[in-house]
Amino acid sequence: MLRYILQRALYALPLMLVIIVVMFTLLHLIPGDPVQALVGDYPVPPAYRQAIEEKYRLNDPFLTQVWNYVTAVVQGDFGYSYQNQRPVLSLILERAPRTILLASVGFAFAIPLGMAIGVITGTTRSSTTDKIWTTSALIAYAIPTFWLGQLLVMFFALRLGWFPTQGIGPLVSRAHGFDWILERGRYLALPALAFAIHEGMRFARIMRASVIDTLSQGYIITARSKGLTRGQIIRRHVLRNSSLPLVTVAGYAFGSALSGAVLLETVFTWPGLGLLMVDSIRLRDNLTVVGVVIFSAVAVVLMNLLVDILYAMLDPRIRTGG
Amino acid sequence: MTASQSRRPGLTERLLDVHNLKVHFQVSDRTIRAVDGVDFHVRPAECVGIVGESGSGKSTLVRAVSRLMPNLRINELSGDLRFEGRHILEMSERDLRALRRSHGFSMIFQDPLGYLNPTHRVGRQIAEALSPQGKGRPDGQRVHSLLQEVGFSDPKSVAHSFPHELSGGMRQRVMIAIALASDPKLLFADEPTTALDATVQLQVLQTLYRIHKERNMAVVIITHDLGVVAELCDRVYVMQTGKVVETADTVDLFERPKHSYSARLIELSAHRVDFRSAAP
Ligand SMILES: Nc1ncnc2c1ncn2[C@@H]1O[C@H](COP(=O)(O)OP(=O)(O)OP(=O)(O)O)[C@@H](O)[C@H]1O
Ligand SMILES: [Mg+2]
Repeated sequence: MLRYILQRALYALPLMLVIIVVMFTLLHLIPGDPVQALVGDYPVPPAYRQAIEEKYRLNDPFLTQVWNYVTAVVQGDFGYSYQNQRPVLSLILERAPRTILLASVGFAFAIPLGMAIGVITGTTRSSTTDKIWTTSALIAYAIPTFWLGQLLVMFFALRLGWFPTQGIGPLVSRAHGFDWILERGRYLALPALAFAIHEGMRFARIMRASVIDTLSQGYIITARSKGLTRGQIIRRHVLRNSSLPLVTVAGYAFGSALSGAVLLETVFTWPGLGLLMVDSIRLRDNLTVVGVVIFSAVAVVLMNLLVDILYAMLDPRIRTGG
Repeated sequence: MTASQSRRPGLTERLLDVHNLKVHFQVSDRTIRAVDGVDFHVRPAECVGIVGESGSGKSTLVRAVSRLMPNLRINELSGDLRFEGRHILEMSERDLRALRRSHGFSMIFQDPLGYLNPTHRVGRQIAEALSPQGKGRPDGQRVHSLLQEVGFSDPKSVAHSFPHELSGGMRQRVMIAIALASDPKLLFADEPTTALDATVQLQVLQTLYRIHKERNMAVVIITHDLGVVAELCDRVYVMQTGKVVETADTVDLFERPKHSYSARLIELSAHRVDFRSAAP
C-alpha cells in the first residue's frame, strides 16, 4: 500500500512541473511589452520596470527564464501583484482557505445528499418514488448555480431574512467561540447550500447508475440467498461497492472546486480564489492569474492523488492487482 | 448429529415438490416461456441432475424454486411449489429468510468470482452466512471448520484473502462453504464447474459428492456433462425448451433412453469421451 502511494506521488511530481512550465510559456506568449504584461493595467514607473527586468532576467535566453521561474515558484515566489500591492502568494494564501471552506462544507452536504438520493432511486428503480426523485434531481441539476444562488438569496435572505445576502461576515467580530461559528455560518449557509444542491444532484445521478449496476451483480444474489434483509444487503454490499465511482467523480470535482466556484463566488461576493481570478483577469493582473492557475492545477493533481489512494483503500483489487 | 437424523430418507417422502411450474418472461412484445409446466421433485439426501441444451430453462427453474429470481420482466410465475410441505411461492419474505438462514436451501453458481463480493474478505463473507446479524467472527472457529470441510488445509490464510487472490477452484470451494453455513437440506448447484479447468473440475465435484454423502444433504446439480450425472446423480431430468422431456433413474436413462433427445444427448457425450480418450 505504501509503495502504491509513493509510486502515485512520483507520477504526480513531473505533472506539476509541466503545468508550471506551460503557464510560464503562455505568459511569455502575451504580445507586446513583457513588463506591461506582467504588471497588467497599471502604469509602470521606471523603477518598477528596472526591478522587474532584473528579477525575471527578461534579457536572458528563454530556457534560463523558464528555469528561474520554476525555481522561484517551487520556493513559493509567484511574483508581486502591482494591482494589490502585495506578493501573489500572500493573496492566494488569504483567499484559498475561504474557497476551501466553501467547497468543503458544500461537499460535506453534497456527498451524503447525493448518496442518499442515489440509493433511494437506484433501489426503487422505475417506481413512482424513483421517478419523482430522479426528475426533481434532474431539474435541480439543470438550474445554473448562479441562478440557483439568486433564488436562494431572494427567498432565504430577502424574503425570510434568515441569512445575509452576500460576503463572508464582518472584518472585525466581537463574537467568540460558538457564537463566532454561528455568525460565520450564517454567511456561509447560502453559498454552501447552492453548491451542495448542484453537486449533490450530480452525485445522485452517478450514484443511482452505480447502485443499479451493483444490484445486478452476482454477489447480491449470494447475499439474498444467505437470508440477509434488504437493509443489510444495501448497507453491507451495495453502499460501499456503489460508492467507488462516486469517489472518483467527487474527488475530481473537489479538485476543480478548489480553483474557486467562479460563478457562485461572484453571486455571493464570496472573496475566494474564484473572485480573485475574475478580478485579476479584468485588470490584466497576469502574474496573479498565473499564480491562481498554478495553485489550482496543483490542487487538482493532489486531489487526484488522494482519489487514487482512497480508491485503493476501498477496492482491494487495485491494491494487490498492480 | 440431530440434523442428519431428522433427514433420514423415506422413499416416498419429498423434500421439494414442484407441480406445473411456469416462468414466462416478457421481452419487449415477445413472451419467452423459459419454464413451461414443469413437474419436479427431490427426495431427502438425494442427488438429482438436470441436463439440457443451453436456453432450455434449467437455471430459470432452479432460480424460481429458490426464489432468487429478479422481478424484472417476469410475466408469469405460477405453480404449486412446496419445500417440506410449505408453499414456496406464497411464503413471506421473513419466512423465506428464515429458511435460507437455517436448514433450508442454498445455491452455488457457475461463476464464483462474480458471486463473491470483491471488497470483502472471504472470512467475513462466510461469517455473514453463519450469522446474518453480523455477529459472526470472520476468523472464528466455525468459519475455519467450514473452510476445512470444503478442502482447505490452511483455513486461516484463505479466510484472510480477497476473492481475486484465489484461484477459480478455490473460489468455488468458498462458495460451497458459504452455502453450507446455513446447514441446508438442499443445495442447488448451477453448472458449478463449467468455468473451471478439467482437473480442478474433478476435485470440486469430488468435494461436492463427499459433502453430499457426509451431510446427507440433497443436491440438485445442473450440468452439460452427462459424465458428471452418471457419476454423481441418482436421478436425472432432461429439459428441452422449457419442458421436462424425460425423467429417469440415472442407470435407466443411460441404458434405455425413452426420448430421442436424451438418446442423442447420451450419444453426443459418449462421442466426446471417446474423442478425449483417443487423444494421445
Ligand atoms: N431475466 C430474464 N429475462 C428475460 N429472459 C430470460 C431471463 N432469464 C432467462 N431468460 C430466457 O429464458 C430462457 C431460459 O434461460 P435459462 O438461463 O434458464 O437457460 P439454461 O438452460 O440455464 O441455459 P444455459 O445452459 O445456457 O445456462 C432463455 O431463452 C433465456 O434467454
Ligand atoms: Mg443456466
